Amino acid sequence: MACCTPRIAALIAIGAKGLYLPLKELRRKGTAMNWISNYVRPRINSIFSRRETPENLWSKCDECGTMLFHRELSGNLNVCTSCGHHMAITARDRFEALFDGGIFTEVDVPQPVADPLQFKDQKKYPDRMKAAQKDTGEKEAMLVAEGEIGRTPIIAACQDFSFMAGSMGMYVGNAIIAAAQRAVDTGKPLVLFSAAGGARMQEGILSLMQMPRTTVAVQMLKEAGLPYIVVLTHPTTGGVTASYAMLGDVQIAEPNALICFAGPRVIAQTIGEKLPEGFQRAEYLLEHGMLDRVTKRTEMKAELVQIIRMLMHMPPPVMGDLPKPDSAELIEPDVEAADTDASDGEPADTSKAEDVKE
Amino acid sequence: MNYLDFEKPLAELEGKAEELRAIARANEEAHVEDEAAALDQKAADLLVELYGSLTPWRKCQVARHPERPHCSDYLSNIFTDYTPLAGDRGFADDHAVMGGLARFKDRPVVVIGQDKGNDTATRIERNFGMARPEGYRKAIRLMEMASKFNLPVVTLVDTPGAYPGKGAEERGQSEAIARSTEMCLQIGVPLVSVIIGEGGSGGAVAFATGNKLAMLEHSVYSVISPEGCASILWKDSDKMREAAEALRLTAQDLQKLGVVDRIVDEPLGGAHRDRAATMDSVSNTIAAMLDDLQGMDAAALIKARREKFLAMGSKGLAA
Repeated sequence: MACCTPRIAALIAIGAKGLYLPLKELRRKGTAMNWISNYVRPRINSIFSRRETPENLWSKCDECGTMLFHRELSGNLNVCTSCGHHMAITARDRFEALFDGGIFTEVDVPQPVADPLQFKDQKKYPDRMKAAQKDTGEKEAMLVAEGEIGRTPIIAACQDFSFMAGSMGMYVGNAIIAAAQRAVDTGKPLVLFSAAGGARMQEGILSLMQMPRTTVAVQMLKEAGLPYIVVLTHPTTGGVTASYAMLGDVQIAEPNALICFAGPRVIAQTIGEKLPEGFQRAEYLLEHGMLDRVTKRTEMKAELVQIIRMLMHMPPPVMGDLPKPDSAELIEPDVEAADTDASDGEPADTSKAEDVKE
Repeated sequence: MNYLDFEKPLAELEGKAEELRAIARANEEAHVEDEAAALDQKAADLLVELYGSLTPWRKCQVARHPERPHCSDYLSNIFTDYTPLAGDRGFADDHAVMGGLARFKDRPVVVIGQDKGNDTATRIERNFGMARPEGYRKAIRLMEMASKFNLPVVTLVDTPGAYPGKGAEERGQSEAIARSTEMCLQIGVPLVSVIIGEGGSGGAVAFATGNKLAMLEHSVYSVISPEGCASILWKDSDKMREAAEALRLTAQDLQKLGVVDRIVDEPLGGAHRDRAATMDSVSNTIAAMLDDLQGMDAAALIKARREKFLAMGSKGLAA
């Protein structure tokens, strides 16, 4: 490599595949420096920086900076083992950890009209959707499932912040209505995990109309006398907080979750008020009477089981190793869920049994 | 008269005509009547041209016009015996929200609305129409009372949105809005709403989730203000024109989307140019919406409201 000119070294680094387009671009622009500084250098930098921190093995805690081995972190439900900071977790990972043996069945959600307003900002809405689908591998920002937790049948809905900031559009509204309908049809409680930046602007007024729509869903549960438990996770804001996320029979939040209608930045900018330490965080809301409980993610399952079994007049949960859920009670186990290590034929995943014990 | 930025050429014409008339009044020999009349005609033509094709952003401006009739104007003009009822019974009375008992065409009703204020003093008193949690809780209380005594509820919506303040958040702004929307959906009496100016996000939903919704011709109803949307999606709050366009927040687009049932025509040049005519049209529209719900019992009203919202948006712009 020592004898190569920097340019040749760069060409080797980016490989033959990347060669054609930049050269064409180079001819058009007519300056070699632009090409090197705009294209080659970032490319090289990105290759080297990637080598420095192999992102598949280690994650850095955003709060305390500790490097965490990824398997240890995911085994602890993305809660930092050093400082207890709750990092984001996908809806699917949450369900795999929540349901007994990681087994759950997805509940179908009616597909709404795509791009109802033909919305375009700097990007077209369908393009943003495609990018989000590619990044997350999910269809939309909410997953609905049924299964058992601590041998207690439930319907669960979980919002995925990684999908367009978990924003509430027509699909999310449909998902909550489908979840409530399934709960009413089967006589099961609904547990909803919220996480959202608010309403999905790209669906305009129709995203706003999910506030009344999802409220109708909550009323369906209320009339059927079924528990509706909301678990607010970081962050839950805007129209989501101002509708289904604040209407639970029991309101539980994860530690330090931001929960608000108007975010701290908006308040600071528009009103210029100085905001106290911990403002709009779960513990602050608990202190101000807006929540029932703040519960660690690792203890959430046991707590949900305990509360639901009391509200449903069921006997206390059996502590200790759980038998595998009765397969006759389940419809078709989700293929992706069944593929995970959580259901490889053992009676139950020990880490999950521990959750129930605690 | 307060002119909006796009009305500047109109302001010049009307100003010149007025000047000429002032000269004529001072000097009887000056014969300017023809000239003044010509200017008037020009101004009238321009008004037709401007208001014939208002862009969504211009509609936002008209909806926010400082002289636009506000909730208090409607209360004193189209209702009688208005008896304000105050307070949320927990913390305070929110002056951004007006409400109480009144008669509408002799029929007792509960009326609730946001008011932006008409001058500096009342604007501050009314917090520019931005309710705090107490305002929603007052509305909840009034709707409950309406349901108990079988009185229809009329809401007049005009708010930039919920108040983004520290105290409002601490006292459960989100919960208050959620409960108010819930109450709108569960009362066993007719609930009809008119968006008379701005329908700003959750603050509007908490009042406008009714059996029937009407909008004034140049009013807007949106999930976020065009400025807010522009600063998030365009990273530039000056792109509010583009954002207003994309959000489809005009009464006309919202009717296409099936969100709005009726559009109330405004006088040429906006509601503020002929207040009496505006009052008449709004009054007639409220009467027509209440007539539509005539004979429905509590269960039917609740069911119809739910079905309306469950079906909403299923057809997109083709609705």
